[in-house]
Amino acid sequence: MLAAILALAGLALAFGLLLGYASIRFKVEGDPVVDQIDAILPQTQCGQCGYPGCRPYAQAIAAGEADINQCPPGGEQTIQQLADLLGREPKPLNPEHGEEEETPEVAIIDENICIGCTLCVQACPVDAIVGAAKQMHTVIEAECTGCELCIEPCPVDCIYMVPVPDTPQTWRWPFPELYSEDARRGLAQVEREEADEATEATHDR
Amino acid sequence: MSEYLLILVSTILVNNFVLVKFLGLCPFMGVSRKLETATGMGLATTFVLTLSAICSYLVNEYLLAPLGLEYLRTIAFILVIAVVVQFTEMVVQKTSPLLYQVLGIFLPLITTNCAVLGVALLNVKEAHGFLESAVYGFGAAVGFSLVLILFAAIRERIAAADVPVPFQGAAVGLVTAGLMSLAFMGFSGLVRL
Repeated sequence: MLAAILALAGLALAFGLLLGYASIRFKVEGDPVVDQIDAILPQTQCGQCGYPGCRPYAQAIAAGEADINQCPPGGEQTIQQLADLLGREPKPLNPEHGEEEETPEVAIIDENICIGCTLCVQACPVDAIVGAAKQMHTVIEAECTGCELCIEPCPVDCIYMVPVPDTPQTWRWPFPELYSEDARRGLAQVEREEADEATEATHDR
Repeated sequence: MSEYLLILVSTILVNNFVLVKFLGLCPFMGVSRKLETATGMGLATTFVLTLSAICSYLVNEYLLAPLGLEYLRTIAFILVIAVVVQFTEMVVQKTSPLLYQVLGIFLPLITTNCAVLGVALLNVKEAHGFLESAVYGFGAAVGFSLVLILFAAIRERIAAADVPVPFQGAAVGLVTAGLMSLAFMGFSGLVRL
């Protein structure tokens, strides 16, 4: 009985020592930089950077395969933080990967130049442009989502994007700076959602 | 020498662990969706099975038998297998991150592969020597890998085939496995061991 217990205990002890040694000997070094970069990224997993998610992009940055200016949802702030972390020069966002949506914009048609070709009317996904063939067109500002799809088809380049000015109806207090990384990330999302709601509210007006 | 060759042919074809002894069916069904994972699983199992067959032989011969503790065989062998799998996982993670990524959750699954315990117990039952045990384990693993890779290749074709709705998925997989088992019956009598 005692021999059985001792034999099994000895066997288990020997194996335990072996595994303990192996876990030190074959330790895989996780890259701590990847975790830090990953914490800065906005975790939208949108894939606009060309990688299948935020973590693969963080790994690519850490490996030196990707630049730090490929994250449109993170925008200027993320690039600044990444530059601080990695000791690199901050760069403007790479337009190949999309543009940061900072302030809501609407399209404006310069009515003196417009030739009434209706191309922008067809391009508009929300029917925010009114006008008929050979008649002057105009944008219903409250309907415009600022998608910029009408700019490309215009043959005379008479459509501009103008930022929506802050009015007493749309202005609100900026969010306070927070110290916790997680809280800031969570708030950034809330802020983005509220900004969307605000634009919707403006449009409903 | 011919003795070892006979053991190899016997374990790979005639007494194939999966299709004739019906051991290790879980990874056989679970990891056979894609050829690459099947190959990786086959390689990992081959390594683990050979090593665990050797280790369990040593434990049985030099620890359990001298102390008259043969009745502890099963629990001791499970301990050995668990350690060997854990060890393999560490080595694979260190040496080949790619293979580790492919195998992922399947490496710990080898622990519960009953073919591994089956080999260890059958080695004792057949009173194999050291080298015989190793060859037996290796042959069993090669047979397992062979069948797994064949099955994965068939399943890849089935995935593209027009299977009737009630047969889709696991059903047609099991039917295929049954047909493969029938085919392997043809080897019986090739070697008498």
